[in-house]
Amino acid sequence: MSIGVASSPFAQRHAAKLRQARFFVWSFTRSPSTMLGLGIVLVFLALAAFGPAIVPYPGDAGGAMNLGNRLKPPSAAHWFGTDEMGNDLFSRVVIASRTSLWVGLTIVGIATLVGVPLGLAAGYFGGWVRATIMRVTDIFLSVPGIVLALAIVAALGSGILNGIIALSIVWWPGYVRLVDAKALALRNEPFVEAARCVGASHARVLALHILPNCTSPIIVKASMDMGLAILAAASLGFIGLGAKPPAPEWGAMISVARTYMPNWWWYSVFPGFAIYLTVLGFNLLGDGLRDVLDPKSSRS
Amino acid sequence: MWAYIARRVALTGLMLFGLVCVTFTVSNVAPSDPAALAAGPDATRDMVETIRREYGLDRPLHEQFVRYVSGVVRGDLGRSIVTTRPVVQDLARFFPATLELVLLSMTLGVALGVPLGMMSAVLKNRAPDHLARFVAVSLVALPAFWFGILLQLFFSIWLEWLPTSGRLDLATAPPPHVSGMLLLDSLIAGQGATFGQAFAHAMLPALVLSFPCLASILRVNRAEMIEVLSADYVTAARAHGVSRLRVICVHALRNAMLPTLAIIGLRWGWMLGSTVLVETVFDWPGIGLYAVSSAIAGDFKPVMGVTLLIGLNFMVVNLIVDLLYGVLDPRLRAGA
Repeated sequence: MSIGVASSPFAQRHAAKLRQARFFVWSFTRSPSTMLGLGIVLVFLALAAFGPAIVPYPGDAGGAMNLGNRLKPPSAAHWFGTDEMGNDLFSRVVIASRTSLWVGLTIVGIATLVGVPLGLAAGYFGGWVRATIMRVTDIFLSVPGIVLALAIVAALGSGILNGIIALSIVWWPGYVRLVDAKALALRNEPFVEAARCVGASHARVLALHILPNCTSPIIVKASMDMGLAILAAASLGFIGLGAKPPAPEWGAMISVARTYMPNWWWYSVFPGFAIYLTVLGFNLLGDGLRDVLDPKSSRS
Repeated sequence: MWAYIARRVALTGLMLFGLVCVTFTVSNVAPSDPAALAAGPDATRDMVETIRREYGLDRPLHEQFVRYVSGVVRGDLGRSIVTTRPVVQDLARFFPATLELVLLSMTLGVALGVPLGMMSAVLKNRAPDHLARFVAVSLVALPAFWFGILLQLFFSIWLEWLPTSGRLDLATAPPPHVSGMLLLDSLIAGQGATFGQAFAHAMLPALVLSFPCLASILRVNRAEMIEVLSADYVTAARAHGVSRLRVICVHALRNAMLPTLAIIGLRWGWMLGSTVLVETVFDWPGIGLYAVSSAIAGDFKPVMGVTLLIGLNFMVVNLIVDLLYGVLDPRLRAGA
C-alpha cells in the first residue's frame, strides 16, 4: 500500500471501498482461467468495434462475387481461405463478431429488463403475485429455449430479427428465477424492515435496498448468458431459421459450409472456432466474476 | 406423502395446460398464412379457401382454441401439412429414435461425468483437476452442430471408423419393430450385427449430445464430493481404518450422487432440445429433425407437437426425480 494514495483526502474517505476494490482485482487477476476469459472477451469486443477497419477485404462482408477466387485453401493472402463466392473468410468471420455482439447484447438486455423486475416483484411481494409470476415462469422453463425459439421463429418467419425476438421471449424466465430467490431471502432482512419502518415506499425499498443486493448474481448470469445467447442465435442460423446467408453470421456461414465438407473443410472450421472461443471467453469470465462477486453460489 | 404426490401431479397438469396456451398463442400470432403455404405457390384463391376450411383456420380465435385444447386432450395435435399424416402418428414414429439417442447420451454423460468429477475432487487444485475443469467449461461452449461436423470429418471421413449419418446403413434392414429403438429391437431379435451397426451410427451423435450434460455432472459431482470428503463421517471412517478407496467410492460417492440425480432431471429436457441441432447434423430421423424440417417448411403444427412432447417429458421426468429424491434421502421425506 503506497503512502501517497492513502494520504489523499479521497482515499481516506473511501478507504474501505478502495480496499474492497483492490481485493476484487487481486482475486480476479489471480485466476489464469478468468484472465484468459477476459482476454478473449476484450479481443472479441475490439474485433466487433474495429472489424471492418482492420480486415483485409471489408467489401466481402455482405457477400461480394469473385468467382476466380472461390474455395481457396488458407494462404498468406487469405488466412482462413475463401468461400464459394470467392469472399475472404477471415474478413467475414471477423466482421461477423459485430453481428454476434449485437445479438448477445439485445437478447441479454431484453431478458434482464423483463426478468429482473418480475423476479423482484415475485420475491418481495410473495403471495399470489409470486404464485402467478412463478407459475408462468415455470411453464416457459419447462421447454428448452431452443425448441420454443424454433416454434416462435417457425410462426414469425425466419430471419435474424425474428430469431432475436424469439430468443428474447425464451430468455427472461431464468432471470425471474434468480432474482426471485434473492429477493425472497432479502425481504425479511432487518435492513429491509428498518427501511419500511421509517416509511420508505415499496418502490424505494425495491430500488435502493433489494436490487443493489441482487446485482452480483445478475452480472454473473448476464456474462454467462452473453456467450450462450450468441451460441443460441448461431444455432438458429445454422438450422436455417436465423440470419440468412450471405449476411455475415457464424451460424449461417456454417450452415452453407456444411455442404462443402469434407474437401473444403476450412469453410466450416473457422466460423465454428470463432463461436467456440467467444462463448468460452464469456463463460470463463462469468465463472471468474462469480468466484469474486458471489463466492457463496460458486459451488454449483 | 400421497397428498404431496397428488399435489405435484395436479400442478404438472396445470403447467401442461399453460404450455398448451403458449403453443396456441405462438401459432396464432403468426403473420404467415399456413393455408396458402399448404396449397403451394400455384394454388388458386378457391383452393386456399378450401384448405382453410378443412383445417378450421377460418373459425374465430376462441373457437379454434377450444378445438385445439380438446384436440390435445384427445391426443389430436392436428395434421402435418408436409407429411399429410396426423402429427401424433409422426411423433410416435420419430420419438423412439430420439429417445434412444437421449438415453445413450445420458448414460455416457453419467458414466464419464461422475468418475471425472470424483477424480477432480480427490486431486483438487492439481493438474488433472485444472484440466478437467477447463474441459468442462469447453464442453459447454462448443457449438454442438459445429463439433458434430468436426467429428464426422475426423472419425468418418479421415479415419473411416464410424458412419457419417443415419441410424443404419442403407442396405441393412431394420430389426422387427418392437420399441422403435434399434439397439433394443436388434437385441430382442438376436441380430448382433445389426446391433453393432446401430451402435456405431449412434456413437458420434450421442457423444456430442452428452457434452453439456457431462460438463454439469462433472462440476456438480466435484463440488459435492469436495464438501462430502471434508465431512466428519468421512474422517471417522478413515480413522476406523476403512481404506481411502472404499471411503471415496462407497461412503462419499453415495452422498454426492443426489445432486447428480437432480442434474439428470434438469438435463433431460435440455438434451431433448439439443436434438434439434444434433439430429440435423447427423441426419438422425427423430423428433428434432422433424421439428426443424417442419419449421423450415413453415408447417407449425408439428413444431408445436414436438414442443408439447418435450415439455411433457421434462415435467414428467422432473416429477419422477422429485419423488425419487424423497425415496433416496430420508431427511427430505421427514421434512415434507
